[in-house]
Amino acid sequence: MFESIILAGFGGQGILLAGRLLALAGMKEGKHVTWLPSYGPEMRGGTANCMVIISNEPIGSPIVTFPNTLFIFNQPSLEKFLPKLLPGGLLIYDSSLVNYNSSRKDIDLVAIPATRLSVDIGDQRVANLIMLGAYVARKGFPSTEKMLSALKETLGEKKASMFEINERAFRKGLTYGKEA
Amino acid sequence: MAEKLLMKGNEVLAEAAVRAGCRYFFGYPITPQNEIPEYMSWRLPEVGGVYLQAESEVAAINMVFGAAGAGARVLISSSGPGISLMQEGISYIAAAELPCVIINVSRGGPGLGGILPAQSDYFQATRGGGHGDYHLIVLAPHTLQEAFDLTVLAFDLADKYRNPVMIYADGFIGQMMEPVELRDPIDLSTLPPKPWAITGAKGRERNLIKTLYLEGDKLEAHNFRLKRKYDEIVRNEVRYELYMMDDADFAIAAYGTSARIAKTAVKVLRDKGIKVGVIRPITLFPFPYSVYESFANQLKYILVVEMSMGQLIYDVEYSVKGKVPVGLLPHAGGIAPTHEEIVSRILERVESRGDQR
Repeated sequence: MFESIILAGFGGQGILLAGRLLALAGMKEGKHVTWLPSYGPEMRGGTANCMVIISNEPIGSPIVTFPNTLFIFNQPSLEKFLPKLLPGGLLIYDSSLVNYNSSRKDIDLVAIPATRLSVDIGDQRVANLIMLGAYVARKGFPSTEKMLSALKETLGEKKASMFEINERAFRKGLTYGKEA
Repeated sequence: MAEKLLMKGNEVLAEAAVRAGCRYFFGYPITPQNEIPEYMSWRLPEVGGVYLQAESEVAAINMVFGAAGAGARVLISSSGPGISLMQEGISYIAAAELPCVIINVSRGGPGLGGILPAQSDYFQATRGGGHGDYHLIVLAPHTLQEAFDLTVLAFDLADKYRNPVMIYADGFIGQMMEPVELRDPIDLSTLPPKPWAITGAKGRERNLIKTLYLEGDKLEAHNFRLKRKYDEIVRNEVRYELYMMDDADFAIAAYGTSARIAKTAVKVLRDKGIKVGVIRPITLFPFPYSVYESFANQLKYILVVEMSMGQLIYDVEYSVKGKVPVGLLPHAGGIAPTHEEIVSRILERVESRGDQR
C-alpha cells in the first residue's frame, strides 16, 4: 500500500488534526507514516493543508505533489489540488461547502455534506471526523478500532470529554460513506 | 523496550536532548523551531532542569557559554537569522573548548528571508560560522528517528571533544511527524566527570576558561591544539549513508530532507533500470570527502540536490577533484525539490550520454 494524501481547507476546520489522526491510525496498523503541515504564510491567510503518507515501505520524500487521495474542505482548495489528483484517485469533499464543478471523470468521488451533518450532531468542529469516516468506509483502512484509538490518544486527558461527539461524527461519516 | 510514538520533529529533538541528560535550555523564539522551546518550557522543570527564554539570541548563547563552562549539558535552538546573531558567542564557546549542542532548524534566507524550510546555512554551519579558525561538529538528520539518535549522540560528542555540536535540521524535519522509538533516558551519574569545569575551586587548583591570548606564539599554539582536535574528529567521526550505491553508475549527493526526496527518486529510476544511488553525508563536518572520492571512478555523473544555491556542491567537487562531472539541482525559499524533478535530471543525463542499459 502507498497512500499519498492531501487534506485542505480553511484554518479551524481541523485539517491538521484529521491528517494527524490518519497518520497515527496508520502507524497503529503497522505502516510507515509521515505527516507534514503547511505552516507558511498561506496558513495565516486562513487556509490550511497537510500531507500524509501511509506506506508498507519506509518513506522517502514526505512531500506529496500528486496525491492519490484528496480531502477537500473548501472551494479554493478544490481548485488548487484537484488538477494534481492522480487518475483513479479518491476525492472526498464536503458538499455543504464545495461545489464540484470539474469535468474529471477519471477519479472516485465521495460527496458528503460533512458540515450539515456536523450541525445535526451539534458541533461544526467535528466535520473533519465525518470526512474521515467516509474515507474509512471507502478504503476499509485504517480500521475503525485504530481510528478511534488514535482519536482517544490524540485528545488525551485534557480533551477526553470531546471523544464521544467525535466518535459519533466518525461513525456518521462511516455510515454515510457505506451508503453513498 | 522503547516506546514508538508519532511525534513532531521539533519535539523529537527536544525530548532527545532531555533523555541525553540536557538540563539547561536557553533560547529566543523564531519559526520554524518554536516547538522546541515550547516543549522545553514544561519538560525541563519536570526533570529538575532550567528553561529560560532570554531577551535576545546574543544573551541566550552567552548563557549557554556560562552553563557549558559550569559543566552542564546545555542546549540552544534557533533558525537562520537567530543563529547568525549567536555567532560571536559560538566562536567564544569553540575557542574556550566547551561542550554544548546548538540546533538550527533552518529556513530560507538571506536576511530575514522566510519561515519555510531551506538548507542555505550550509556554509555557515560547516565552516565555523563566526570569526576565527574553528569548527563545529555538524550532524544532519533526514528522518525523525535519526533526529533523535543524532541529538543523543551530539551531547556525547560535545563532551568527548569539548566542542560545540550543531544539529543542522531543515524546517521539514522540524515540522513533520513520523513514528520514533525513544531510547530510555541516560543515567546522569554515569557521565564522565568534567575536571576542567568551573564548579568552585575549594580544595583544588582553580580552573580558568578564557579565549584571550595576547601573545602570538601562545595563540598560535592554541590554534594548533584546536587543529589537532579537528583532525582527530575528521579521523574518527565521519558518518554517511550509501543508498543503493553498490552497482551505481549515477549518484545523487544530498543530506536532510533533500536526501529523503532523492531516495524516492532512486526507487523510480531503479524501476526504469537506471543504476543510481544516494551518497548521503550524515556529518557535514567532518565531511565524507574520501567516500565520494572512492566512487569517482565508478560513476558517470553526480547530481547534487540541495535547498540552497550551490553550497554542498563545493564539498562534493572538492571530493572528486574533477574525475566525474558534477551537476546541481538547487532550490530555495521553502521550495523543495520534487522527486520527479530529480528523476528527469538524471534521465536527461542518461539519454544525452547514451548510457542507459
